[in-house]
Amino acid sequence: MQSYSVLVVAAILFVLGLLGVLTRRNIIFILISIEIMLNAAGVAFVAAGARWGQPDGQVMFLFILAMAASEVSVGLALVMQVYHQHKTLDVSKLNNLKDDIDV
Amino acid sequence: MNYLFYISSIVAIAATVMVITRHQPVHALLYLVVSFLGVAMIFLSLGAPFVATLEIILYAGAIIVLFIFVVMMLNLGRESAIQEKQWMQPKTWIGPSILTAILLGELLVLLTMGGSVPMPQQTVDLKKIPLSLYGEYVIAVELTGFLLMAGIVGAAHIGRHKKKYLHRFLKQEEEAV
Repeated sequence: MQSYSVLVVAAILFVLGLLGVLTRRNIIFILISIEIMLNAAGVAFVAAGARWGQPDGQVMFLFILAMAASEVSVGLALVMQVYHQHKTLDVSKLNNLKDDIDV
Repeated sequence: MNYLFYISSIVAIAATVMVITRHQPVHALLYLVVSFLGVAMIFLSLGAPFVATLEIILYAGAIIVLFIFVVMMLNLGRESAIQEKQWMQPKTWIGPSILTAILLGELLVLLTMGGSVPMPQQTVDLKKIPLSLYGEYVIAVELTGFLLMAGIVGAAHIGRHKKKYLHRFLKQEEEAV
């Protein structure tokens, strides 16, 4: 197993998460795609740590894990509030801050 | 160990493709569990069993349960799946797919151009992780504690369900009645 093969897998996972963020309009799917991207970053960190035989990559993965947990809890609370106030999960409906162009 | 790595990475990538193309949120979450388990197998084949365990417990256990609770509370059923199907037209996904495919191609060229070395096949000593975590990274551990505290307080504050009154006089009348 060569060292770039793990990084290639991490890159493919990251690009798939990015594609999910760009194409989906449901907030829950956008949050899921962000989780996939964070997970891919963790794969790259652990691979780098294993390449040099050092524990730093796994330590960084622990920090990514804590960050992902707090991010998803705040994000899902925001999803609940958005659904209660707008009755939709469509991000393109959340345009209250948009200026009126035809004024 | 090599075959383990290739098989589990193929499973993880296929499950991730299924996640971002599903219409029902629950189906996407179930494929996401498979994807996390595949990534945990990748960690195991890289010689990181501690991280693989954490991946299963925290990602596939805790975070997925949070998502499933939200999907249950919002009661996303067949109507939302039909709406998702209407949103997933080719004209919405073909442009981002081409752009991200170009980005992926550039990444692959960059990654395969650099010098490659065979991965060492031994496990990192488990004792070195906490020694490093509470040694040189102790400031980062404290900052992570701050972040988790802020996350808890923020989620509790944002997620609180306030009762909505149209006007304070209406509220008083309602209480008087």
